[in-house]
Amino acid sequence: MDLYEYQGKELLREYGLETLPGIVAGTPEEARRAAETLGGTVAIKAQVLTGGRGKAGGIKVVNSPREAEEAAGQILGMEIRGHTVGRVYVEHGEEIDEEFYLSITVDRTAKRPLILFSTEGGVEIEEVAETNPEAIVRLHVDPLLGLLPYQVREITFAAGLEGDVAKGIGMVLTHLYEAFEGLDASLVEINPLVVTGGGRVLTLDAKVTVDDSSLYRHREIAGLRDVEAADPQEERAQEVGLQYVKLDGDIGILGNGAGLVMSTLDVVAQAGGEPANFCDVGGGADAEQISTALDIVTSNQQVKSVLFNIFGGITRGDEVARGLLSAIEQTGLTLPIVVRLDGTNAEEGRRILAENTPENVLTEETMLEAARRAVELASDGGR
Amino acid sequence: MAILADEGTRLLVQGITGREGAFHTARMLQSGTRVVAGVTPGKGGQDYEGVRVFDTVEAAVEQTGANASVIFVPPPFAADAIFEALDAGLSTICCITEGIPVHDMMRVANYLGTKDATLVGPNCPGVHSPEKANVSIMPKNIFMLGNVGVVSRSGTLTYQIVNELTQREIGQSTAVGIGGDPIIGTDFIEILSKFEADPETECAVMIGEIGGNAEQLAAEYVSSEMSIPIVAYIAGFTAPEGKTMGHAGAIVSGGESTAEAKSEALREAGIRAATNPSEVAELVAEALDRG
Repeated sequence: MDLYEYQGKELLREYGLETLPGIVAGTPEEARRAAETLGGTVAIKAQVLTGGRGKAGGIKVVNSPREAEEAAGQILGMEIRGHTVGRVYVEHGEEIDEEFYLSITVDRTAKRPLILFSTEGGVEIEEVAETNPEAIVRLHVDPLLGLLPYQVREITFAAGLEGDVAKGIGMVLTHLYEAFEGLDASLVEINPLVVTGGGRVLTLDAKVTVDDSSLYRHREIAGLRDVEAADPQEERAQEVGLQYVKLDGDIGILGNGAGLVMSTLDVVAQAGGEPANFCDVGGGADAEQISTALDIVTSNQQVKSVLFNIFGGITRGDEVARGLLSAIEQTGLTLPIVVRLDGTNAEEGRRILAENTPENVLTEETMLEAARRAVELASDGGR
Repeated sequence: MAILADEGTRLLVQGITGREGAFHTARMLQSGTRVVAGVTPGKGGQDYEGVRVFDTVEAAVEQTGANASVIFVPPPFAADAIFEALDAGLSTICCITEGIPVHDMMRVANYLGTKDATLVGPNCPGVHSPEKANVSIMPKNIFMLGNVGVVSRSGTLTYQIVNELTQREIGQSTAVGIGGDPIIGTDFIEILSKFEADPETECAVMIGEIGGNAEQLAAEYVSSEMSIPIVAYIAGFTAPEGKTMGHAGAIVSGGESTAEAKSEALREAGIRAATNPSEVAELVAEALDRG
């Protein structure tokens, strides 16, 4: 789960990281009042769950409440990499001396947290990795031991930091690791981490991603989820425990198991079609689950045909067939549906379908044939 | 001989009295697996399908000589269950549980490094050696005894591919699902090296997904260390960047984690890379003919 900058900062403050005073605003008027409260120079920052907002014009520095209102008016509603800006963060201005980059991620290969620190802050780390890789200090932490004081020193020395700046950055590192662990984060990134004219070390931007699997023990964070920003169908799928991702094509896809569904999307693309979505109905696949999934998939108006690909392992083909039939009945669906059933009790399932099939349901025996058929039907116009 | 699970497997089921644990214990018993013990804290002394239930793994191992465990414990308690199995000295542990927090798994994975044990999973279907032992949730009817080893990050896609092999009368030595999470125990390389060392395995199939770089690392290993032919398949060519496709680990987050990049790396290492599941079986048939 990705968090907005202002949410991430609020959480990081609890771990002792220092940020500038700021207020969230959803309208230009609110932004003006926020600027009045904060006083002086403020930054108006778009709150979006993606990077690159600076380049897109999503951050403006202004000197008066009137300018703040105007800037917020321009930024609110802006599209940044496919995300609509619904809120801005009005943040107090500050004189900056130096900008650094600091992040902690999960390194899948090393199976350990990886700290990245760079003296080149304010730019994307991928860019630094290409143009000036020596500027990046890397360090793995043993999760059984946590971040050790000598490792903090190793990082600050390797980065060539001295005196109070080294101490300040060291403190931030220690706190940030505590936050990474405490929040069950898969990413905490501060870019830039700045040193002010007065020597304070401040978290100027914060990107925090919390591991979805850990949300059962972070109820307060789960509650921060921005339901409005999510795709409504993806949101509904999540509520009923289905895995659904909307894509751009016109062939609706349902199947059981993430790998099999991904593979189904690929086979459809190879057959010359474009998948409209990814939808994993999971292992159980009872009638109710299938009918909800069908409903979600076909509520996308672009969908012209549906490919239903089930490999019965524990899921039995006859049960799936009955579930599908009752789902079609419940939803009154008329779109062409190509069903491919294989595995446990598949023959029985195909027989049930053959005997009771509404005319919009077609069965195929292999994935490839089913994909070709679904592509044909979509190009014939579907609904 | 098969790998990880065979005639010598004496299996213990952690979470045996739960819904999933009970259901799959019955299935594993039906496939002829020697399930010697179950563990559910607080339910020690009970009996399930003739299998004795213990309160702790240590007691179960002491009294039954169990040497492998399969875990069906819910996510909040699953990491603890793995630690318990490791500390009881079990050498093969399959964790089926889906949704274990990634920080828990980092701790488990680093502790695992200090032990002489193989952890399969989590979020995996387990290990199935046809006609020898079923330490998994895989359906046994799709399998056929033979000489092809299968290792996969995905569940149902493994069934699909095993089924395609069986339909061509190509049998399997062992199928191992290593799981679809970002942090897992055993990896492609460890399983492939076991297949290489297994006299019964003549060809190995590797089924990967988008996300991470495990397939590339495996490709390097294959080209320098392995003599048996390898057929690979990567799912997720159509996955968009930044969206998680079902598995927590299946997300395109950079250039090298795409299906194209992975398939390319595999081909460069001399591995036969299929573009769909049916082609996998064709390529295996070819590889076995030439071998």
